[in-house]
Amino acid sequence: MTWTKKVLRVNLTEGSVNEEPLNMDWAAEYIGQRGLATRYMVAETDPDCDALGPDNKLIFATGPLTGTAVSTAGRYSVITKSPLTGAIACSNSGGFLGAELKSAGWDMIIFEGKSPSPVMLNIINENAELVPADDLWGKSVWETDKLIHEKSGDPQTRVAAVGRSAEAGCLYSAIINDLHRAAGRSGVGTVMASKNLKAVAVRGTRGVGNIKDPARFMKSVAEEKQVLAENAVTGQGLPALGTQVLMNVINEIGALPAKNMQLSQFEGAHNISGEAMLEPRKSDGKPNLTTNAACFGCTIACGRISTVDRTHFSIENKPEYWGNSGGLEYEAAWAMGADTGVDDLDAVTYVNFVCNEDGMDPISFGATVAAAMELYEKGVITKEQTDGVELKFGSAEALVWCAERVATGEGFGADLGLGSKRLCEKYGHPELSMTVKGQEFPAYDPRGIQGMGLTYATSNRGACHLRSYTVASEVLGIPEKTDPAVTEGKAGLVKAFQDATAAVDSMGLCVFTTFAWTLDNMAPQMDAACEGDWTVDRLVEAGERIWNLERDYNIKAGLSGADDNLPERLLKEASKAAPTEGQVCNLDQMLPEYYQLRGWTADGQVTDEVRQKFSLPG
Amino acid sequence: MQRSLTIDPEKCTGCLQCEMACSFENEGNFNPAKSRIKVFTFHEEGRFVPYTCTQCDEAWCMQACPVDAIKMNFTTGAMEVNEQTCVGCKVCTIACPFGTVNYNVDTGKVVKCDLCGGDPACATACPTQAITYVDASATGLDKMRAWASKTDNAQATT
Repeated sequence: MTWTKKVLRVNLTEGSVNEEPLNMDWAAEYIGQRGLATRYMVAETDPDCDALGPDNKLIFATGPLTGTAVSTAGRYSVITKSPLTGAIACSNSGGFLGAELKSAGWDMIIFEGKSPSPVMLNIINENAELVPADDLWGKSVWETDKLIHEKSGDPQTRVAAVGRSAEAGCLYSAIINDLHRAAGRSGVGTVMASKNLKAVAVRGTRGVGNIKDPARFMKSVAEEKQVLAENAVTGQGLPALGTQVLMNVINEIGALPAKNMQLSQFEGAHNISGEAMLEPRKSDGKPNLTTNAACFGCTIACGRISTVDRTHFSIENKPEYWGNSGGLEYEAAWAMGADTGVDDLDAVTYVNFVCNEDGMDPISFGATVAAAMELYEKGVITKEQTDGVELKFGSAEALVWCAERVATGEGFGADLGLGSKRLCEKYGHPELSMTVKGQEFPAYDPRGIQGMGLTYATSNRGACHLRSYTVASEVLGIPEKTDPAVTEGKAGLVKAFQDATAAVDSMGLCVFTTFAWTLDNMAPQMDAACEGDWTVDRLVEAGERIWNLERDYNIKAGLSGADDNLPERLLKEASKAAPTEGQVCNLDQMLPEYYQLRGWTADGQVTDEVRQKFSLPG
Repeated sequence: MQRSLTIDPEKCTGCLQCEMACSFENEGNFNPAKSRIKVFTFHEEGRFVPYTCTQCDEAWCMQACPVDAIKMNFTTGAMEVNEQTCVGCKVCTIACPFGTVNYNVDTGKVVKCDLCGGDPACATACPTQAITYVDASATGLDKMRAWASKTDNAQATT
């Protein structure tokens, strides 16, 4: 233990709900959560299937440590085939739902098929049932959450839901749990809506236990909490400023992309930074940030709880937005701020609320608006499409208008819901899409941070910072400082980060612990809690196995080495920001070595040797 | 020296480490549903407030108990439930004005905070010192210190 060793299988076509044992042979090899759910996807689905068809499956998966006292161990992931990328999707979320699901007695839920009409899944411990959700269809995540709570009468019920954007087919819709935590990327919410599954409500009161060695476990947990508390990033930077601690830091080194990644610095960065969120505003003297907040069991507490200025144009006539809700994190603030050229903190915070309310990935949304703005400034998109709105870089009004349209899918919102790649293709300028494998970039310019270029290019879910966060090493010096301008050594760095992160995710922990922890800090906690001997070596091996399994899935889904690429802009248009001036991303200097270190062929195929080494399924 | 749990909601992040520590200490697993300390989230206001028994001296629960199952531990000052004696009548849960005595359906007894015999697990687990276990006669000291610094005019002029 502490797997519950139980899987809840929900067949939406038949309307059936069944319990089955967890495959513990697979758990020994793939740990849980991300790794284990991918193993189920490989066994049960055709990678070539239509992501939005009934043959795709949608898995909510916890890790073996989810729901225990290990710091940050409240996480779950949603694993499915992505409609945005056509690759495997794995979107990780915090909040409280993951731990609640575990406490109800389930390691994972596998949704299959498609319901003929809207339904939701109600779980109260071992009792799970599908119930009609016609009354919830057409409602936002926030309305859905409220209605479910009114019905259950239990404020402790945890809810995950999709919003109106997903129902309208937006390809980057998220699944939102606990009002403002998101399984955010790759359109996992779009898949959920395609199955007519509106929400999952969970109440678990059984507890998570069966700790292998309780005394050793509690001692280890206490020691490692102390490590997080004493670290400058996890103990001070993240609680005080959240991930927004990065906005000014990354801007200053000339690696903050701006205006659809045309630039590598943003003149308005400070106005949308973590520091700006603490400054009292003129209207009421209150700062944007009310407090920091933790996900389940997290002793870092990087979450932001914010308000928008009541006198701001976006909400002055909308009292429903006057209260507190989930505030800006760095990637969201970057995508909807720097990348669109908008430095209006209130506008960006309001748009973040809208993304939570109707379940959009703020990174993909912001980056798609940025692409649309460039198309507008080039005269390709005109006021005809935008109902007269001037879709210019820097326009807070345009940003707000876009968010409200994508939330419901009306008008030009449907175009924006396609994501940057399909939008730019539709308007004849694919070169303006800042994406890898169809997924929009997050907030680090690979011209300024070379390792992130390789990270984006090789990420198994398309452009993503959370698959190997080499910023830690290249900018923050964790675990050791490497030069962000240099490509040498980055292939090995990226591989090591990718494998370790796959293990971190699969245990049910948050990757933000890795500012302070390495697997050396995690393995003792894992080993004291769970059956089997869990050493650092075994976790690294499992991480590499998971990475190869995901890669293999993608190859079978029709992707290839040719998809491990970056937009020309990042390879050829040099940075104009002073600290990184003249730099491009030298992906070609890193990719061949990376393939070699992976043991793949020169064109990026997983070899038979690798398959045998990790006993990958046929 | 008798000590009390002191709660400072301003410092709470809502992480539930206290609830996990409490349930693990008392029930043997991580189960916020069985915790004797609860963190309440006021979402619109952006506030997290831990709440548990304050160990009243003239405790309503103790006085209401018809079988004298609730007694003061004179070392810790905690009102403790004797599970052998408790008949599960729940009168104490009605008598308590704060709602901090609750019935456990699995055991048929009532449960409440007993300060873990003088080493409360919640306070140890709390990462932000929102829950501390301090001298019972000086629980206001931190607040006094904070206000003292604000009323120190000399500081403003230096």
